[in-house]
Amino acid sequence: MKNVLCAVAGAAALLISAPSIAQTTLTVATVNNGDMIRMQGLTSEFTAKNPDITVKWVTLEENVLRQRVTTDIATKGGQFDVLTIGTYEVPIWAKKNWLVPLDKLGADYDVNDLLPKIRDAVSVDGKLYAAPFYGESSMVMYRTDLFDKAGLKMPESPTWDFVVDAAKKLTDKSAGVYGICLRGKAGWGENMAFLTAMSNSFGARWFDEKWEPQFNSPEWKKTLTTYVDLMKQAGPPGASSNGFNENLALFNAGKCAMWIDATVAASFVTNPAQSTVAGKVGFALAPNTGLGKNANWLWAWSLAIPAGSKKVDAAEKFIAWATSKDYTKLVAAKDGWSNVPPGTRTSLYQNPEYLKAAPFAKMTLASIDAADPSHPTVKPVPYVGVQYAAIPEFQGIGTQVGQQFSAALSGSTTVDAALSAAQSATEREMKRAGYIK
Amino acid sequence: MARMVTTRHKVISTAAAWLVGFLIFFPILWMVLASFKTELEAFAIPPSFLFFHWTTENYVTVQERSDYFHHALNSIIIAGGSTLIAMLIAIPAAWSMAFSPTKRTKDVLLWMLSTKMMPPVGVLVPIYLIFRSVGLLDTRTGLIFILCLGNLPIVVWMLFTYFKEIPKDILEAARMDGATIGRELIYVLTPMAVPGLASTLLLNLILAWNEAFWTLNLSTLEAAPLTVFIASYSSPEGLFWAKLSAASTLAIAPILVLGWFSQRQLVRGLTFGAVK
Repeated sequence: MKNVLCAVAGAAALLISAPSIAQTTLTVATVNNGDMIRMQGLTSEFTAKNPDITVKWVTLEENVLRQRVTTDIATKGGQFDVLTIGTYEVPIWAKKNWLVPLDKLGADYDVNDLLPKIRDAVSVDGKLYAAPFYGESSMVMYRTDLFDKAGLKMPESPTWDFVVDAAKKLTDKSAGVYGICLRGKAGWGENMAFLTAMSNSFGARWFDEKWEPQFNSPEWKKTLTTYVDLMKQAGPPGASSNGFNENLALFNAGKCAMWIDATVAASFVTNPAQSTVAGKVGFALAPNTGLGKNANWLWAWSLAIPAGSKKVDAAEKFIAWATSKDYTKLVAAKDGWSNVPPGTRTSLYQNPEYLKAAPFAKMTLASIDAADPSHPTVKPVPYVGVQYAAIPEFQGIGTQVGQQFSAALSGSTTVDAALSAAQSATEREMKRAGYIK
Repeated sequence: MARMVTTRHKVISTAAAWLVGFLIFFPILWMVLASFKTELEAFAIPPSFLFFHWTTENYVTVQERSDYFHHALNSIIIAGGSTLIAMLIAIPAAWSMAFSPTKRTKDVLLWMLSTKMMPPVGVLVPIYLIFRSVGLLDTRTGLIFILCLGNLPIVVWMLFTYFKEIPKDILEAARMDGATIGRELIYVLTPMAVPGLASTLLLNLILAWNEAFWTLNLSTLEAAPLTVFIASYSSPEGLFWAKLSAASTLAIAPILVLGWFSQRQLVRGLTFGAVK
């Protein structure tokens, strides 16, 4: 009898203790960017501290990931426990109640250390819906050797007049060097990210306070004319098919005197393993026209938990780890300070070791600070977002308008025709979506 | 004299054929070459053709980061499974339509083809919901099912056109000689239809292997085939061309080898019935 009792007690003890050693498997969906690949490699550090959690990775190209994750979250498919999403998705998805608010990241997470602009971009009504993994703005990257040779000096905050003038002077087509490389490939996240940010510095806006599209305004005309003329005179051939990667390849091969793009590119162009011009790159704020707004954007790849996830606790633990100060230290110890994910925490920009290792740190921070998603341009707007308007319709409209502007760059249509086509396409879509009558 | 012209003609046409062949093959060759370069050399301007520092580090990195064999096995099972099932369904269907057509046969064929006219993304959400409800998301069974359905119209159409080329009289003659349906199928029809069957099988296998919409959207980890493997190396922010090339080379290698070995059948099947 005693034996039987013992056996029953033992079995009960086993049953009770079983859940504590049960494994939780987290499926993390992410993009194939350098910082994410590094995080993937460091996962074992997290699982060593949390032996009850297993992490599995689904890495996809950005646009594929966006479609995949949107389908899953809209249908409550439950395939992912942690999502990598951008500042564009966070406010839209949070309003649809698709995301779990992150209020249990732990006492030592130090939410107040997050850069205010970045924190605002991933919060709705003061609640954090995603934790920023790395943040970026855009800035001017330029070749110090070519500037010296031409006797030019890049100001810390250049105007568009200076940039246009310098680009023309630095172009040497016979040597295959072009004054400026800018995005031209059509897409809401490609040429429209750049052009929308550029238009802000010219005082243009996508919509007025009543959601009326504004492509017929003189500000937009000035933006697009400046861009097309500049690229015709000082840009590389075939610029209308260049996106971030193509320009990065051109700049790293020494073909561009200036390149205005994501701050995250700074660590690539200064890395001798990737760049032939690594020691000759300077940084400046994105250009302005004296209206008080620079042509720089704001973006943060962030980690979020889909609503309805049954593994919220484990997912939150993982997110807290991946976006913590300790993670930064971990990367610094393994790969050096210049490789830590940038643009999310104030403390990183106060760290003398980081400032020493990353010559682009100061300009990255200044660029992030100069962007304001709630007041992106000179005049008031009804939307949030610097290089986009955070409404679900924007992806479609942005890409349509991007195709028109790309055509204007390649010369298959004129600036005026592109603007009027953009205006009518946007009007049609906004009417259909019910924003305007 | 005439002989000389023929020789010259031969040389020129051979050279032209090689040139065209090389041009068509060039993108694949370029990808294979890029996979052996360093990331820095992969985007060098002007590009180096053969004289660069050859390295296999991309392949090592790719294998370290993602499990190639897991994805390859999934691709083989999914492409092979969906092809076999599609053939099993399509052979009897095409058979009956070719040899005993009814008034509605043409309409049925056209209706089948019409299912291919809708862009797949139009039914993504309904299919996703159905898959979620029956638990087929991220399963090989689910992907075999959807790819089989997707390719079925093409398979039926191809087989139908091949079967139609076979003269009915031969089958009738066999019947007159007292052959049963089974014997008629195995000894008379099959030998004549082999090239057609083989090329349909191969083409369908290649289509299923390359299918990148449903496989990307309905799989996550367990059932993810090589299309997902490639997509994980494409990046809008960062230059990983050499690694992407290595991943792509690995992904197309099995189907490329299969294509080489079965070239004869493929060409015979595709031109089958062209000359009567």
